[in-house]
Amino acid sequence: MIVNPTDEQEFFRETTARFLAERTPVAALRQLRDDSFGFDPQYWREGANLGWTSLLAPVLGGGSLTDDGVVDLTLIAGEFGGHAAPGPLASTNLAAAALNDAESHTGILADLVAGESIVSWCGIWFRQDGGPETSVQLQADGSDIVLNGVASPVEAAEPATHLLVTARGDDGLSQLLVPTDAAGVKKRPLQSVDLTRRFWRVRFENVRISRDALVGGQGQAARAVERQVHLGFIIASAEMVGAMQAAFDMTVEWAFDRYSFGRPLASYQALKHRFADMKSWLEASHAIADAAASATDSGDPDAAELASAAMVFVADYGSELLQECVQMHGGIGLTFEHDLHLFLRRHTLDRGLYGTSAQHRQRLASLAT
Amino acid sequence: MNTHEIEDLDTFRARVQSFIGQHLDHRTRSISLRGGDTDEEQLAGVQHDREMQRSLFDAGLAGICFPREYGGQGLTPAHQAVLNEELVSYDYPAHLQSPSISQCAPVILEFGTEAQKREHLPRILRGDEIWAQFLSEPGGGSDVAGAVTTAVRDGDEWVLNGSKIWTSGAWWSDWALCLARSNWDVPKHRGLTVFMVPIRHAGIELHRIELLSGMNEFCQEFLTDVRIPDDQRIGEVDAGWTVGIRWMFYERLGTSSPYMTMPRNAHHDIGLAARSVARDAGRLDDPVAKDLIGEARALTLVRQQLPKRLEEAITAGAINDQAAAIARLFGGMVATRLNTIAFELAGPAGVTWDEADGATAGIGTDFLIRQVATIAGGTVEMARNVISERVLGMPRERTLDRDVPFREVQRARNGQ
Repeated sequence: MIVNPTDEQEFFRETTARFLAERTPVAALRQLRDDSFGFDPQYWREGANLGWTSLLAPVLGGGSLTDDGVVDLTLIAGEFGGHAAPGPLASTNLAAAALNDAESHTGILADLVAGESIVSWCGIWFRQDGGPETSVQLQADGSDIVLNGVASPVEAAEPATHLLVTARGDDGLSQLLVPTDAAGVKKRPLQSVDLTRRFWRVRFENVRISRDALVGGQGQAARAVERQVHLGFIIASAEMVGAMQAAFDMTVEWAFDRYSFGRPLASYQALKHRFADMKSWLEASHAIADAAASATDSGDPDAAELASAAMVFVADYGSELLQECVQMHGGIGLTFEHDLHLFLRRHTLDRGLYGTSAQHRQRLASLAT
Repeated sequence: MNTHEIEDLDTFRARVQSFIGQHLDHRTRSISLRGGDTDEEQLAGVQHDREMQRSLFDAGLAGICFPREYGGQGLTPAHQAVLNEELVSYDYPAHLQSPSISQCAPVILEFGTEAQKREHLPRILRGDEIWAQFLSEPGGGSDVAGAVTTAVRDGDEWVLNGSKIWTSGAWWSDWALCLARSNWDVPKHRGLTVFMVPIRHAGIELHRIELLSGMNEFCQEFLTDVRIPDDQRIGEVDAGWTVGIRWMFYERLGTSSPYMTMPRNAHHDIGLAARSVARDAGRLDDPVAKDLIGEARALTLVRQQLPKRLEEAITAGAINDQAAAIARLFGGMVATRLNTIAFELAGPAGVTWDEADGATAGIGTDFLIRQVATIAGGTVEMARNVISERVLGMPRERTLDRDVPFREVQRARNGQ
């Protein structure tokens, strides 16, 4: 989280922090364990009113309070991580960014921004070289487009009214807005490491749709997709850091509270040094995640490198930190009853969704020429 | 000083650019841990840096954050940052920065008398005096306050006896700050005093230490009945630890120091250095090599960002200034990893080489001396103590030397 927020940014973050603390306390999260959507539509609408879905959609005249929409979104993402909050924050915002940038389907975008409907971007995976790829094929058929293939994982596919589908045709990548009730769209729920975030595998079987569904030009979506994955890295990094901060704070408290052999854990140098290492990883994670977000807002040419550096570092050292937090807790840290796993889950999910750290290292090697 | 006298950053930047255009060459050399330069070459490098410092001083660009009455510019860390940004890829007076300008001068500024400050600070900032640190001793590295170099008062003078070690560049430096034990009958932190000592002085015998890499910048000094006038004392008698705490704080700041003039991101290309090594080892298309290059790049970028965050957080009061130890720890750990990555990339070319081999040449020697990054300037173990105790507020380590006269503290296995 940024060190020097403006008063507006601090108010914005604080409002969401209070809302999440009230609406999704740990007990509420636990109750959502078996909920098929993992969040309540009313909760999402109220969150949208707090600005969760509008920051990347300035075309509607709303947008961010400041000129730093991406940084502002990371403030929300950080709170999502810190509360292990439910809801498809990244996938809706990435869909909003695509619709906004293409100035396309603004009515649907308006519903998305208002939290009245869910539009989810779906199903990108990463090639070994770290580039984004899709398994959905596009074929033109007269004035229609026909989609075939599988997108997976797709967040909130069931509650969504539309999916933003990235598809590959002979002419390259295209993006389309597909109603989830279109004929041939088959959704199958997946299991997830997260307690509340839900994903589906979506099969497109000869899904026939009009060209009006295109978001941007046919075969012209490569740059948009690259921007969406970039923003995905930024949101995921911020959310992961939020989860790390929550777990670390909880574990430091534990080290002061827990006594063994007549002394608190916090008095053992063998453990203090590990806390010092964790603190350095945590601050470094904040630093790189914030730098990547800020470089994105300012159009800095280093933004792509910073984003992948954040994904490498926050993924690898973040997992190390969270597992160290489990270790510091001992057996209780392995239980469902303890809250620590909520943050371990959130970090683990995010590091898996947006390319492995090995893929991001390949991206960095390609960029560093 | 009135704020309206502060030069605005744009004017300052233009002045810096004009100076660089007229006076500085692109940097072609760097201070290496590999050794290999003759003493004559090293002395020529120091002399070159003194002259560069003098031209910075004459142009009003030395001592940016030092007060004007002591030869500085009375400007802000933001001005220093501008200078450091503009210096990227240019030559700069590297030998004069640490410890002379970034550690010794701030200590003199903070604790020196008016006369001491007026005499020495302008000379340091002009490049006329280079200062070293008589701090560590052969019997104690991290336990700096356990110094046993003794200072005994004799009228208006003090007589110093003992030995100091790890004084980088002392053999080409002029003065040293020296931490000495002035009282053995009080607990260790309460019996220390700091002095300003001319290095070429009767009773000081200086030896060079050769590191395993061949580098011989570090020195050890033997002090025998070195007589120092009382007006060269810094701070109060027996209050040397008050000085020492700040002194080591400036040391831990390292390249984050607002007093340091060095190109921003002087380490920027180290992540790319991995790429150069891979290229010269013929491994640029090897996916394993690319994985290592990517890791090096990520770590380099993170290491660049961390000190900025910490500085902002310290300035904003969100974290106390001991958090500078976080950058010290992280920088050390990243440096050792980058070193290992370069070594892995070099393969056989890193352990046997011809100087003409390119970036792989000498990588094995760098690897041998890898731990310098986590030892020099205060070990990472001490940084971990500082972070856990003074940043996270965890209980201090129990010590056996705290509340007893230092004379009675056990200092070696056999009792001495």
